[in-house]
Amino acid sequence: METHIVEKLASFINDGILDSEMIHMESEHSALSAALGASATGVRTFSATASQGLALMHEILFVVSGMRLPVVMSIANRSLSAPINIWNDHQDSISARDSGWMQFYAESSQEALDTMIIAYKIAENKDVLLPAMVCIDGFTLSHVYEPVDIPEQKSVDRFLSPYKPVYKLDPEKPLTMGPVGFPDSFMYFKHAQQKAMESALQVIKKVNTEFKQQFGRDYGDGILEGYKMNDAKQAVVCMGSVCGTVRVAVDKMRKDGKKVGMIKLKTYRPFPKKRLVEVSKGLKGMAVLDKNISFGNYGALFTDLKAVLSDKIKMNNFIIGLGGRDITVKHVEEVVGKIGSKKDIEWVY
Amino acid sequence: MIPEEELFAKGHRACAGCGSALAMRHALKAAGKNTIISHATGCMEVVSSPYPETAWRVPWIHAAFENAAAVGSGIDRALKRQGKRENVNLLVIGGDGSTFDIGFQALSAAIERQQNFCYICYENNAYMNTGIQRSGATPKYASTTTSPAGKVVHGKMEWKKHMPLIVAAHNEGVYVATANIAFVQDYIDKVKKGLAKKGPAYIEVYCPCPPGWKISPSQTVEVAKVAFKSKVTPLYEIENGVLKFTKEPSSFVPVIEHLKTQGRFKHMTGEEVNEVQLHLDKNYEKLKKLEETCVRL
Repeated sequence: METHIVEKLASFINDGILDSEMIHMESEHSALSAALGASATGVRTFSATASQGLALMHEILFVVSGMRLPVVMSIANRSLSAPINIWNDHQDSISARDSGWMQFYAESSQEALDTMIIAYKIAENKDVLLPAMVCIDGFTLSHVYEPVDIPEQKSVDRFLSPYKPVYKLDPEKPLTMGPVGFPDSFMYFKHAQQKAMESALQVIKKVNTEFKQQFGRDYGDGILEGYKMNDAKQAVVCMGSVCGTVRVAVDKMRKDGKKVGMIKLKTYRPFPKKRLVEVSKGLKGMAVLDKNISFGNYGALFTDLKAVLSDKIKMNNFIIGLGGRDITVKHVEEVVGKIGSKKDIEWVY
Repeated sequence: MIPEEELFAKGHRACAGCGSALAMRHALKAAGKNTIISHATGCMEVVSSPYPETAWRVPWIHAAFENAAAVGSGIDRALKRQGKRENVNLLVIGGDGSTFDIGFQALSAAIERQQNFCYICYENNAYMNTGIQRSGATPKYASTTTSPAGKVVHGKMEWKKHMPLIVAAHNEGVYVATANIAFVQDYIDKVKKGLAKKGPAYIEVYCPCPPGWKISPSQTVEVAKVAFKSKVTPLYEIENGVLKFTKEPSSFVPVIEHLKTQGRFKHMTGEEVNEVQLHLDKNYEKLKKLEETCVRL
């Protein structure tokens, strides 16, 4: 799924368009390990994966974030086996939710491209120093052809200055990286990661503004976008490419006189608690679309939202689009119709 | 000349008489200051890096158990990118668990890609860090915590994996050598040679482990010497695919002399000892034949 990305990069490098090193690793586990080693040596690093590959990387995700290496990786979101299925849902990246990586979800190809550039600037910020996943829906975004504006190299270089690592492996200045953390120090490291996640929210907003100033495009405030939320009484909360469908559905329902809006969550980790409370003000009901399921519980986004929003907002969870199941405007209208129903979780298929 | 400078600092937390700690110390004497190390999880990682202390006077990184060769691959290419590759020695270090077993894939692929680093496997015959569990390097009949010598089953039931030949089989571009902590100069020469090669090198150094092998901490080097004399650790190198012995004992001793130095073999029957003897004789003969015929591996 990420194959397209890697193949394209290979041809860019081999045609001399991109000045970069590519290491052909034998597995995703090793790919992320090599990215870790390269990043620790002091170079800007990228990898791409999806589904089973991300699951295979799982162990190393925590090592990269724990070592505070600003690796950026695109995830072409796909389901996890079994049964084996190559199509889109968010089960792969949601299963990596607690790995200490920032997660940004893109709605369109343009947003996917722009977010790659933005993600480096956020990840490498000295108040952040966290790795980032740019989540793009498998097929819907990874295999779609649509016109995008590719910014000039010069202009990207101006936005994203050359990488200056805070720490690196260098015989001139020996450092030990990845030590043993005993119970007397371990929580300090983990708490520092949590604080960095919290600082990231401000940095995300700032970088989003800077991107807008230079390239003329932005994505809400970089954290989330409220679509027709000003007077909305009901909202659909969603992430990724389905937001496009929800936009159309919202427009249609607005024409029918329904006060419906959309909360498009771009930044899922760090989870923007305050912003979500702000944007939900005045809402009576909410349909939360999850392209994932925490088996035995709800979808992950629903659980997260429940923890921060007032009980006064009636919230219903809809499990959608698993393994590439299509979601149409009609489905969105139906789920909005079900807001407030006693069945707080429903599978749409 | 072995340099006096200690780049693996004393005060680390290895057990008394640790053979692997000797392997670390002398690897760094061979490599010198201008070195970066990618280290797998294991005994030497744990004893050397309890935050905020470190025994490493060179840049050192540890990520996980099975990926030291993959992390090393990233460092290798990043150094190339920075134009520093020619000036820096890159060591990748793992124990036998992380080399023979869980990290085998990462090592194999790094050799296939011809990554430029010297891999050192400190081979102490089991997963010693987690409490002496059997590995692919544990010799047959050794009693470990997961292959205990019981009334019915007498320790580990399988032969040790022949890693150096497996590594050499990848391609002729890999330099392979076996070493033994009892023969420091031979070991240092091999590490230097491995580092000087522009490509992968694999050095497997035999390291007795007092708690794992049930030997006295004062006997580490002695036990390693007897192992050498009893054909347990033939010392050779494979360069451009051709095997050559670097050191041979003036006379061999029966393997019982090796086995009786260690508590982990004390349950063995005479028949089992004979079986091991036969196995070692055959193995030695095979290696000698490879040397004599100059067959390219």
